[in-house]
Amino acid sequence: MSPRVMAQIAMVMNLDKCIGCHTCSVTCKQTWTNRPGVEYVWFNNVETRPGQGYPRRYEDQERWRGGWQVDAKGRLKLRAGGRLRKLLGIFANPLMPSIDDYYEPWTYDYENLTRAPLSDDVPVARPRSLITGEPTTVRWSANWDDNLGGDPSPDPLLGRIQDQVKLDFENAFMFYLPRICEHCLNPSCVASCPSGAMYKRSEDGIVLVDQDRCRGWRMCVTGCPYKKVYFNHKTGKAEKCTFCYPRVEVGLPTVCSETCVGRLRYLGVMLYDADRVSEVAATPDDKDLYEAQLSLFVDPDDPAVAGSGLPADWIEAARRSPVRDLIVKYRLALPLHPEYRTLPMVWYVPPLSPVVDALATSGHDGEDADNLFAAIESLRIPVGYLAELFTAGDPAPVTASLRRLAAMRSYMRAVNLGTRPPEVGISDEELRAMYRLLALAKYEERYVIPTA
Amino acid sequence: MSQAEELLLKTGRFFRRSVTSDDLRTVHLSGGRKGDAFYRDRWSHDKVVRSTHGVNCTGSCSWQVYVKDGIITWETQQTDYPSVGPDRPEYEPRGCPRGAAFSWYTYSPTRIRYPYARGVLVELYGQARAAGLDPVAAWAEVTTNQDKRDRYQRARGKGGLVRITWDLATELIAAAHVHTIKTYGPDRVAGFSPIPAMSMVSHAIGSRFVSLIGGTMLSFYDWYADLPVASPQVFGDQTDVPESADWWDAAYLMMWGANVPVTRTPDAHWMAEARYRGQKVVVVAPDYNDAAKFADEFLAVNPGTDGALAMAMGHVLLREFFVERQVPYFTDYVSRFTDLPFLVRLAERDGAHVPDKFLTAADLGSTDEAAEWKTVFLDAAGEPVAPNGSVGFRWTDSGKGRWNLRLDSLPRLTLLGGETAEVQLPRFDQEGVLRRGVPVTRVGGHLVTTVFDLMLAQYGVGRPGLPGSWPQGYDDAEEPYTPAWQEPITGVPARRAEKIVRELARTAEATRGRCMIVLGAGTTQWFHGDTIYRSFLTLLLLTGCQGVNGGGWAHYVGQEKCRTQTGWAQLAGALDWSRPARQTPATPFWYLHTDQWRYDRFDADELCSPLRTGRFAGLRTADLVAQAVRNGWMPMAPTFDRNPLELGEAADPVAFTLEELRSGRLRYAAEQPDDPRNWPRVVTIWRSNLLGSSAKGNEYFLHHLLGADSNLPEPDGQAPRGKLDLLVTLDFRMTSTTLFSDIVLPAATWYEKHDLSSTDMHPFVHAFNPAISPPWETKTDFSAFHAIARAFSGLARDHLGTRRDVVAVPYQHDTPGETAQPGGRAPAEVAPKLVVVERDYGAVAAKLAALGPLTERLGLPVKGVTFHPDHEVAWLGQRNGLAAHGPGKGRPLLDTDAKACEAILALSGTSNGRLAVQGFAQLAERTGTDLGGLAHEGHRIEFSDTQARPQHVAASPEWSGKESHDRRYSPFTINVEHDKPWHTLTGRMHFFLDHDWMHEYGEALPVYRPPLDMAALFGEDGAGQLVVRYLTPHSKWSIHSEYQDNLIMLTLSRGGPTIWMSVRDAERIGVADNDWIEAVNRNGVVVARAVVSHRMPDGTVYMYHAQERVIDVPKSEATGRRGGIHNSLTRVLIKPTHMIGGYAQLSYGFNYLGPTGNQRDEITVIRRRSQEVEY
Repeated sequence: MSPRVMAQIAMVMNLDKCIGCHTCSVTCKQTWTNRPGVEYVWFNNVETRPGQGYPRRYEDQERWRGGWQVDAKGRLKLRAGGRLRKLLGIFANPLMPSIDDYYEPWTYDYENLTRAPLSDDVPVARPRSLITGEPTTVRWSANWDDNLGGDPSPDPLLGRIQDQVKLDFENAFMFYLPRICEHCLNPSCVASCPSGAMYKRSEDGIVLVDQDRCRGWRMCVTGCPYKKVYFNHKTGKAEKCTFCYPRVEVGLPTVCSETCVGRLRYLGVMLYDADRVSEVAATPDDKDLYEAQLSLFVDPDDPAVAGSGLPADWIEAARRSPVRDLIVKYRLALPLHPEYRTLPMVWYVPPLSPVVDALATSGHDGEDADNLFAAIESLRIPVGYLAELFTAGDPAPVTASLRRLAAMRSYMRAVNLGTRPPEVGISDEELRAMYRLLALAKYEERYVIPTA
Repeated sequence: MSQAEELLLKTGRFFRRSVTSDDLRTVHLSGGRKGDAFYRDRWSHDKVVRSTHGVNCTGSCSWQVYVKDGIITWETQQTDYPSVGPDRPEYEPRGCPRGAAFSWYTYSPTRIRYPYARGVLVELYGQARAAGLDPVAAWAEVTTNQDKRDRYQRARGKGGLVRITWDLATELIAAAHVHTIKTYGPDRVAGFSPIPAMSMVSHAIGSRFVSLIGGTMLSFYDWYADLPVASPQVFGDQTDVPESADWWDAAYLMMWGANVPVTRTPDAHWMAEARYRGQKVVVVAPDYNDAAKFADEFLAVNPGTDGALAMAMGHVLLREFFVERQVPYFTDYVSRFTDLPFLVRLAERDGAHVPDKFLTAADLGSTDEAAEWKTVFLDAAGEPVAPNGSVGFRWTDSGKGRWNLRLDSLPRLTLLGGETAEVQLPRFDQEGVLRRGVPVTRVGGHLVTTVFDLMLAQYGVGRPGLPGSWPQGYDDAEEPYTPAWQEPITGVPARRAEKIVRELARTAEATRGRCMIVLGAGTTQWFHGDTIYRSFLTLLLLTGCQGVNGGGWAHYVGQEKCRTQTGWAQLAGALDWSRPARQTPATPFWYLHTDQWRYDRFDADELCSPLRTGRFAGLRTADLVAQAVRNGWMPMAPTFDRNPLELGEAADPVAFTLEELRSGRLRYAAEQPDDPRNWPRVVTIWRSNLLGSSAKGNEYFLHHLLGADSNLPEPDGQAPRGKLDLLVTLDFRMTSTTLFSDIVLPAATWYEKHDLSSTDMHPFVHAFNPAISPPWETKTDFSAFHAIARAFSGLARDHLGTRRDVVAVPYQHDTPGETAQPGGRAPAEVAPKLVVVERDYGAVAAKLAALGPLTERLGLPVKGVTFHPDHEVAWLGQRNGLAAHGPGKGRPLLDTDAKACEAILALSGTSNGRLAVQGFAQLAERTGTDLGGLAHEGHRIEFSDTQARPQHVAASPEWSGKESHDRRYSPFTINVEHDKPWHTLTGRMHFFLDHDWMHEYGEALPVYRPPLDMAALFGEDGAGQLVVRYLTPHSKWSIHSEYQDNLIMLTLSRGGPTIWMSVRDAERIGVADNDWIEAVNRNGVVVARAVVSHRMPDGTVYMYHAQERVIDVPKSEATGRRGGIHNSLTRVLIKPTHMIGGYAQLSYGFNYLGPTGNQRDEITVIRRRSQEVEY
């Protein structure tokens, strides 16, 4: 049967380049959510991993029951159950993070600095809650555990790989995970909304809340396993990352992308078979979801695409899509938590990291060109941790991606030093194309966005 | 359930039943929906304006500022930098979260909207005025009546600011200036504003005012401890580093004490991306920092011991690449471009020898011009030769055409094969001295060896036949400087040290020098940071990495490069009207005037070499400061204990002043800093937050300089309090400095004015533009200083008139003065160089607004050449218009900030190819080498160009590197590729520094010096308590103190001051994450919350730099007073060798050489405190 081809504007973030600076968070915040009612809302946030994330421990779906699961008969069901059950608990929804799980937004008595009368000590600006207006104590924030601050052990992922991780100085590791709405192919937020206010745009796949129709049920907050739908407590409506559609529609990158100083975000078109979404999302084994989602993507040169009714410039954009190259062609990018079965469309290139000291002193001789960048197995970030993030615990795709990155580096080092490149099992052309996309990363190659 | 939670749930009133539909899982809707209009509307805006942030970060990022309905809404980065090549990444989009949060300030409650002054002062002044006194007399009354003086000084920092008018503000400021100049002297007025590059005009305008009235500008680069003194020592250059795009060219990159993602956020992508080009990355840091994430290898080093690691690496490098095997590229490089082949005389000492001075032509009996400045090596035939290029060729007539590095043949590096001698060398890791042999010969009756041979001895690299005690191998842990020796000191395994340096050297060999070390504040800002740096530079110099694209040092600490240096300097010094400008190194200035010198508990001799001669015995560091001033090595303000205008009244002011000095009737002020005649009286601060950021010894500032209350535990009762009559600050936000200021002027922000920005991290210059006019009663720095100048001129016309000012000038680097004291020895009685400057005080405002005639009459001096901008002055007259009347009549106008930008661009070689070509032609005359083609006459940047898009600057004699659109900037490429000497004694890069004071300190050669033992030096007893190394690295959430009060940054961090500590240290004192703690030492107290993290090593805490007392700082349990800033626990410690002057590259230059305000050697006690806090 010929696929029903739809287009999705998707994003890839190369975590290997992320410096954790949070510029994306700030420009997004300033543009979209620095208003009353959404002070605590970060459409884009950046988490240090290991760490609890924002809202804290959002990945603990045993607790929050976001996303989908397959039942005994292999059918896809919202994890949080039917709407009736949720309606009953609407005023004390136990399946929704409280403001304390996000954080209680605050400001300071800045005026005191200028207006303080003559007294006996230096004026100071105390913190004050933006919700109660009372003096407050800062105990938690959207980024409390930045750079391993505090104890990262409540990180739900760590619990699953305890044997592989030691949280001590000698073995310290960290990386950053910037997150926006996943604009899923199978969005559980949309499915959770009792008002029909949430929808996925047919032309570009952006998931939005219709502000006129939203009735503030907050089912979407529960339904989203990534906790990327937020409740505006002034308007009483849900709000979420809009993929900056007023910009994307005119061919501009999202704010978070264009302002990313690590130059790690890529935007482009992905084509997929809309008819197979449910089937793929119901893939029985969590570990097969990554491959299953890959199978959903349609080659722009597939004959079915020509007859799909998609505009020619969109098909052309799909051909030149950097996102497609990173996901499909080079298999460097991986989905975030495929086991939530929402078929997320913001993917990630996993990060390389330093070798562990103990291994550097023995065995891994950096003078050997093949080994200069060390074996993937000896990197500080445990592959198991990355696998819990990106491949439902299967280390193989993560290792494969990291190996390709390391192979490209070894090859390019030889080019750089004018020596004979090592045989790495990938063609010269492909290595150089990967290098161009990842390293040179020119603006017009990072962002290939057809206009609406 | 929390209170907040409950409140939010009341919003249940919004939940209304509505029709629920069937499974909406696959709902797709097409097109724009009405419900989306909100976001479309929010995105719409009226205009986008290019500007940037004038913040001290070296980012120099171009931003788009969005304006809607006349209101600034937000900002995003520009992406329109000119391409740096098709085969490399681009600079777009430069920026960071701090910059992205800037617009918050515009309308924030911390914005200063009106002029303010201390209420008590306004009242006292008002009373004096009401009593009929004119402004100057009124100011005199308030400041000289002890009771009144105490009243307003003690009120400093305690609130009670009142709103005043601009007229009153400028009247007060003008009166204070006039009174001070008249009564005490113009050099009792000081201005402090750092980093011109971050907003050149805003800096220059205030500096121009201060200079015109004869006040002194205070340096900042050395004061910030960002100045790597090793740079003047080794390179004879302030600091010159590669742009970040040149990291791309490096095949091996070490980040050593530099946390690039945090401190060079917009540039960090080059590091991430260069790895994909096969670059290997090594990070050395005490903590698992942000940069470590990108490393292939991470070496955790004990804080401050980096020099030991580098010395051991040098040991391996010298053994394997110079002794066991010679690498032709390395040998050739060091022979041409370093002092390694030069001969050093050996002096006898206790039956052995010690290295003494470079052998010079004068030692060999030459009577040529400047023979004592011509250093000597042995040519291939073994004959002594004084080669071209040494400083002896730089300023002499006979040196014309010969100041170059051309060699007929390579000199001898080693004298091995003949006689030997045992030399004694200092060590500091433990008691004793090293005794090691060097090959020697006799030349002209002098026993000599080479710097290379001394280096091998110092590094412990033995060769057969040499006497002395040598390491038995890499595993010998007893003898410096083996890998095994460093392991217990640094914590880095010996094998890893070996492996890393071997990789580095092999990469350098394979790539002809494309190895780079990024150095940061973590290794610079130690008392002995210069020795740490020299041990790093050794690795790079030996491997031929300096002056090579992709290679060399990359010192990224506050180095912000004002690329349009010459034009800026002209305006900032008011050199177009009078020369020279008064300038003072800030570290000794504050050291004396905040009385920190009184708290030194040890002799200047204490930290000297075990081989010292005792020349500092019995002296305190303050004595050496005075000596450096007397020697003409370094300027100081005030200069004399008398008003220099009074000295100017003599018929021959110079002769009179010299006679008064000789007779002892006139003394240097530095000799009696606490004499009220010698206090600074008026300080103006703009573009800076001294008391919230850079003031090492913050509590000493508050107590002694300001007379305010402080947390100083044991103030010295002998010392004066309240020296300063007036502290004025211009700022747009409330800071620790504004809180303690007497007058606070509301400044325009960076989105409200015209200015210029540049950096060394990228090759562009670009514009600030106003997105809105300055709101409320704010003014740009430019118009504020014009307002001050007008008020000043009005009062000064009658009170001061035209006066003659006697200015003492030190021996300056890059002038013939640097060869004034042969051998670096000051004569017993030095006659200072004095210059008489005429000041028409009534004309100051008019001169401020016009370009003076000295511009073309005397030209624009820069690094030993002089631009002659006759065309440019004519052009500026047409472009800017001419002053129609007054003292500036007929001169080009500088009456707007945009015109000042235009002048800076027109008068600098980097933005005006005509001047650059002129300068290179002059330089070529001196070098006799071909410097053609480095610059092009047609290159010209006008202000409107920078407003349209960042503009690529071009090569100029202002800097040492070549640049063009297809060539990335790397320093010293002109030297290496065109045989142009470095501005040093030998004309080469120096391993050996032969000044007497360097020998006294045991630092003639690279050496390991451990961090200071503060407990021993100050007798501090922390027994039974948690005593930790207290480090203040740069923060992720602020740029110095800027942004640390920004709500967005506070929300993304911990919301207030924090101290990071290790899990085990926290356990020891029962501290949990986010607990309140206090850090206390003999300098003050800090109250903060703990961030407990396994990222931190034991025994070291971090209080990230410039967390002020303004945000969420409660009262201290220790003192009952408001907790301090990060610098409340630090203090100034002056390293005497930084004050050496008058000796080739070791000569004074503003921000070029001076004692650093280092602060990393500090320790503190950390305690858990009561969790109940009071504000």
